[in-house]
Amino acid sequence: MNAPPAIRAEFRGTIGKFALDAGFTAPAKGVTALFGPSGCGKTTVLRCLAGLLRINGVCEIDGEVWQDENGSFLPTYKRPLGYVFQEASLFQHLSVRRNLLFGAPRHDSGGAKGGIVFDEVVELLGITRLLDRSPRNLSGGERQRVAIGRALLSQPKLLLMDEPLSALDRATKNEILPFLERLRDHLNLPVVYITHDIAEVERLADQMVLMDKGRVIGAGPLEELQSDPSLPLAAARDAAVSFEGIVQASDEAYGLVTLKVRGGVLTAPAPPGPVGERRRIRVIASDVSLTREAPGPSSILNVLPARIVSMKPLDTNEVVVVVALGKDGSGARLLSRMMRKSWGELGLAEGMSVYVQVKAVALAPGRGELG
Amino acid sequence: MFGMPDEIWVPIRLTIELATITTLSLLVVATPLAWWLARSKAWFKEAAATLVSLPMVLPPTVLGFYLLIVLGPDGPGGAIASLWGGRTLAFTFTGLVIGSIISSLPFVVQPIRNAFAAVGDRPLEVAATLRTSPSRAFWTVALPLASPGLLTGAVLGFAHTVGEFGVILMIGGNIPGRTRVMSTAIFDFAETMRWREANLLAGGMVVFAFAVILSMILLEKRFTRAGA
Repeated sequence: MNAPPAIRAEFRGTIGKFALDAGFTAPAKGVTALFGPSGCGKTTVLRCLAGLLRINGVCEIDGEVWQDENGSFLPTYKRPLGYVFQEASLFQHLSVRRNLLFGAPRHDSGGAKGGIVFDEVVELLGITRLLDRSPRNLSGGERQRVAIGRALLSQPKLLLMDEPLSALDRATKNEILPFLERLRDHLNLPVVYITHDIAEVERLADQMVLMDKGRVIGAGPLEELQSDPSLPLAAARDAAVSFEGIVQASDEAYGLVTLKVRGGVLTAPAPPGPVGERRRIRVIASDVSLTREAPGPSSILNVLPARIVSMKPLDTNEVVVVVALGKDGSGARLLSRMMRKSWGELGLAEGMSVYVQVKAVALAPGRGELG
Repeated sequence: MFGMPDEIWVPIRLTIELATITTLSLLVVATPLAWWLARSKAWFKEAAATLVSLPMVLPPTVLGFYLLIVLGPDGPGGAIASLWGGRTLAFTFTGLVIGSIISSLPFVVQPIRNAFAAVGDRPLEVAATLRTSPSRAFWTVALPLASPGLLTGAVLGFAHTVGEFGVILMIGGNIPGRTRVMSTAIFDFAETMRWREANLLAGGMVVFAFAVILSMILLEKRFTRAGA
């Protein structure tokens, strides 16, 4: 009973020629990204979680058994979940309002029992003026927001989202992402979110399940998987690490914010924020370089002591180095991408104390800032 | 009524009664059948669909012949008729209804089946993720979304029943006041060279058929526009 709420899933079977053998456990809290290339079985896993597809396995959400090895299987309509499909899939014969209320409990007392309230969701998703329209007259982005609202108003205990942004163009994507961030920050609802776009993962996810060819190749907190050199993420050209920092000070004159992270302090260009606010930081591997000595005066603002954790050679001429901030190397992990020649000529080695120079630190919009 | 003699008016009334009862029965029979044909994965599904479609291809006399045997005193129809002291279902209005249902069934099942197939899995999956049981999803999602197909099926079923001749002649026997409907009445008037009466009914049928087909085309146009 003391175990923290968790999503436990294990599915094993074949669908046509596709073999799925995917198992993972993730905290039933925050956003869990199911990430991997197209055709790796993400959607299949999500459909199994929802009970839309039945293959052998186990599905347990926060202690409730939805499916087990002994053949018990709760049909989809009895599972307290919300599902947002890739295409909004609104009911064309109903107005936006009736779509939204389709799955709402019939004896809704206005959400007085801590549930998700109609007016709040409509407000949060910015669809108030669409309520009496037909879904036929909505734009793609509007439709997807209504679909999200409809799923939320069914009062789910788990929200499943299957690439909700992939059918949308870039502008519409950017219109919806802030809404998803608001949901994450304002509703205490665990979300499993499928995407093949690492940028969405970096913006939204707290933890990640990495899939490839029907198997789970890694699961855990986002920053751990991003900085794990044995996984394909760290070797990618756009490899980056995302983690949280707490605002310590704002320098309005220069437009900079100073953030406390594990093992050090980072300065980033950003609008000022209240002290103590949590912000998501993203550092790209190719923006991080290493020196053995503390560098002299430099145009680079962020220079921090760190320790080399590991190195992995990439194709022919590059390596990716995992470093941990702090003199003792107990802080947040960063990736640094450099030439193999530099690694050799500097005489770098695993376990060595170094200084990291971070050329650019990107901040996601502040949590709560948009609300 | 309307100044028309009974021998004209009664076949018109019987035709409308027959077509109305047949259409309503068809909707009750064809909708679940079409749902099953659209959704089932059973191997014998297409064989069943073929059986339902047979009346479209068979000469009405073949259908009428078998119906005569089935509904007659020595068939199951006779056994059923004996429940209320009858001897046979052939040459009765009930027999006409049964024959019309079978001969018009494919015209109703096909558009409804297509409509259910066009609805697809997705809306039903969405309904299931919104705590909606399969039976409730049928009434609140599948049926409303397929309603253009149901309307098309109903109109076609009604029109085909009104236009049926061969089957009706074989199992109805063209008995005035009981089984003589418009199509068989025209045959009778023509045979006895009563051109005026034949003309009146035949002309009415032409106008009716024209109106049905035109309204179908217009309805379809409206639905495709609304669905776009």
